[in-house]
Amino acid sequence: MMVTQKSTRAVGLGRVLIAVYALLALAATGRSVFQIAEQFSEAPLAYTLSALSAVVYIVATVALVKSGSTSYAVAWATISFELVGVLVVGLVTALDPALFPDDTVWSFFGRGYGFVPLVLPVLGMIWLQRTRPGRAGAGDRPE
Amino acid sequence: MIEWFTWAQVAVACLAGVVCVVAGFARKLPNDITVGATALVFLLLVVQLVVSIVAPFVGDPPTGNIVEFYIYLVSALLLPPLAVVWALVDRTRWSNLVLAAAVFAVAVMVYRMLQIWTVQVA
Repeated sequence: MMVTQKSTRAVGLGRVLIAVYALLALAATGRSVFQIAEQFSEAPLAYTLSALSAVVYIVATVALVKSGSTSYAVAWATISFELVGVLVVGLVTALDPALFPDDTVWSFFGRGYGFVPLVLPVLGMIWLQRTRPGRAGAGDRPE
Repeated sequence: MIEWFTWAQVAVACLAGVVCVVAGFARKLPNDITVGATALVFLLLVVQLVVSIVAPFVGDPPTGNIVEFYIYLVSALLLPPLAVVWALVDRTRWSNLVLAAAVFAVAVMVYRMLQIWTVQVA
């Protein structure tokens, strides 16, 4: 593989990023399955959002793993969506908690998850930027 | 749930996480110590599963939602094996950080399970 020492490190870190994404996908999915199965009628908006965020995390994880320009675009789209999601829902829950009676992964900027949902999209964007297809020295993103 | 055992489990998972982080930053490849620490975390989860199945029959039912409890427990049980497979496939020092992420997540999940069992009112 024709890569510099620097981009090799990015590749390695990228793998950790993917693992954390997978973890968050699992967390969001687990919470969402429980909320919808047990208490959907209590807060349909919050729980629908939970399910949506779970799907987005799963898609983002897969898009980060796969190489190619399509999955690169999908990764950008899903990670941007996450950032918007955590900022909007975080702001709404901070200003008017009554709108979201129960927690989602994005409530209070992801407080219930150690603010990982807030930090992760930013790290994801930095990594995507560093590994974009065609960039000199970056090569193809790792499989 | 046996409270002291659960706290011991959280402590072991945190310790295992620190060991894996240190190994990762020390540029060590996944080795017997980091994989073994992760395996230990898994073993304790299996014990916790047995305890959780038996506990309601010996007068210790969960105060919170049993479905939520088992979603956490089953998810937690998946993490160490997946992380170890990852470490076996991807033989780089970064896999130690993946192991660390998995066992730290287990620590948080076990703490949540304790809350559901003892504090949460369904």
